Amino acid sequence: MTITGALLYALCGVVLIGVGTYGFMTRAHLLRRVLAFNVIGSGVFLLIGALGRRTAGAQADPVPHALIITGIVVALSLTALAVALVLRHVGETGRVVLPEEDAEEGG
Amino acid sequence: MPYQTGLAMLANTATIILVLLGLFFFVAGTVGLLRFPDLHSRLHALTKADNLGLGLVTLGLAFQMDDAWSVAKLVLIWLLAVLAAATVAQLVARAALSRLPGADGRGDEP
Amino acid sequence: MTLGLAFDALLCLLILSAAGLAVCGRRLFASIAFFVTYGILIGISWLRLGAVDVALAEVAIGAGLTGVLLIGAWAAIRRRRGNDGLALDATGAMNAADEAEAGDDPVMPRPRRLVAAVACSVLAGLLAAAVAALPAEVPGLLPAVTEKLADSGVSNPVTAVLLNFRAYDTLMESIVLLMALVAVWALTPEALWGDEPGLRQHARGDGVLATFGKVLPPLGALVGAYLIWAGSDRPGGAFQGGTILAAVWLLAIMAGMARAPRQSSRFLRLALVAGPVVFLGVGLAGAAFGVFLGFSAEYAKRLILLIELALAVSIAATLALLVAGTPVARGGS
Repeated sequence: MTITGALLYALCGVVLIGVGTYGFMTRAHLLRRVLAFNVIGSGVFLLIGALGRRTAGAQADPVPHALIITGIVVALSLTALAVALVLRHVGETGRVVLPEEDAEEGG
Repeated sequence: MPYQTGLAMLANTATIILVLLGLFFFVAGTVGLLRFPDLHSRLHALTKADNLGLGLVTLGLAFQMDDAWSVAKLVLIWLLAVLAAATVAQLVARAALSRLPGADGRGDEP
Repeated sequence: MTLGLAFDALLCLLILSAAGLAVCGRRLFASIAFFVTYGILIGISWLRLGAVDVALAEVAIGAGLTGVLLIGAWAAIRRRRGNDGLALDATGAMNAADEAEAGDDPVMPRPRRLVAAVACSVLAGLLAAAVAALPAEVPGLLPAVTEKLADSGVSNPVTAVLLNFRAYDTLMESIVLLMALVAVWALTPEALWGDEPGLRQHARGDGVLATFGKVLPPLGALVGAYLIWAGSDRPGGAFQGGTILAAVWLLAIMAGMARAPRQSSRFLRLALVAGPVVFLGVGLAGAAFGVFLGFSAEYAKRLILLIELALAVSIAATLALLVAGTPVARGGS
């Protein structure tokens, strides 16, 4: 298995997915969850893009790039929706964690 | 064509020296950020050192460009970065100022 | 190990450090700041992977707009929880406010964190093993794209894929953007429906922010328009250019140079739907001639340009409004 730049970035993307999932699972603050989710998303994009760089020669495969651009835009719009939901939740309940986790952590 | 390669080598040397110098200033600014005691001195160190560092890096990269238009674009990028950094530094300093104990709490006026 | 590979390894290390600090940082604001840094580093990695268009999109949208969104949300939560306005001490540390915030931001007990760490390591390990087992050299769809690029009407392969070969995906994407905005607007409190979004504007008339808001938007509009136009032959495109237009519009609003548009504004709603409607229209016109979203080689360039212009307007408006959010109650929110 030759170590190429593409392989390095692909593995980096994989670790990012792990880091993001860890953050998503271990922090209850809703804004942190949104942040962790974005880390997972960009890790997935990095993985896809790196796998598209495995072409011989200088040019990379443009189809993954188009998919990733689409993904970045959609990720932002859904982050905006998530943030709007969080802000509405804070406005209604005054708490910034979900009710289940609130009671669990002692309030 | 020895004259061509000589010129290219000169350009590369200039780039390397200037970029390293610029990086030194960036490091100095970061050291200031970490070591200075209060917000305003940190801001001062960061803004001055980073702008100078960016200017040197831009100058170094200008030697790698093929034509005058590319150099002009680099200079434009540098100007925009300096403008943004100066604006942000001012806003942060003013916002911090209005929250220090003893200041009349004007809230978030920039 | 070549120099390029060493640079890639170092960059990956930086990316992972920034991501780790963003996810596990102690203060929420620091986490968000590291997230923006992380986004910019990812942008550099896109350059190394030969994806300039993606780098532009990542830095503008992934780091820039997402950062603005998260910081705005952080500030809004602070205001609504009443943690804002607490005094700093001389070092600039916000001790009282941070303590109040830390109370909202619980860290899970150690056993749970350990289990989570193990589970995520297993996940990452399995993925890594799968990735390492993949063939090292794969031509992918590059030959197919290169073969048809001349007929596509543009010479930038990514634009060709986005607006010609996979135009259907981009059409769906523009509609998803619109739907997300509709969903955000649906969260507007009933009494405030139709108002302006609650974007904080607190620039003095002669202040630094106002000057910035006068100088940057014209230049940004020029750069954005250029990026949209240049997307045909060079890296760029409707998404990247549209994002820059959205960003300078937001800046103009935040600096007090422009008023935020009301939700009920008809002109705004026209701008929002222009992109999907034109896109759909071109697609249906293509259906009349044979294939939905089919462009014949002679008309392809003009059609793509038409779609891109309408799309850029919609993207700019939609992204700006997504970041601006819903109207909030005025006075002591």
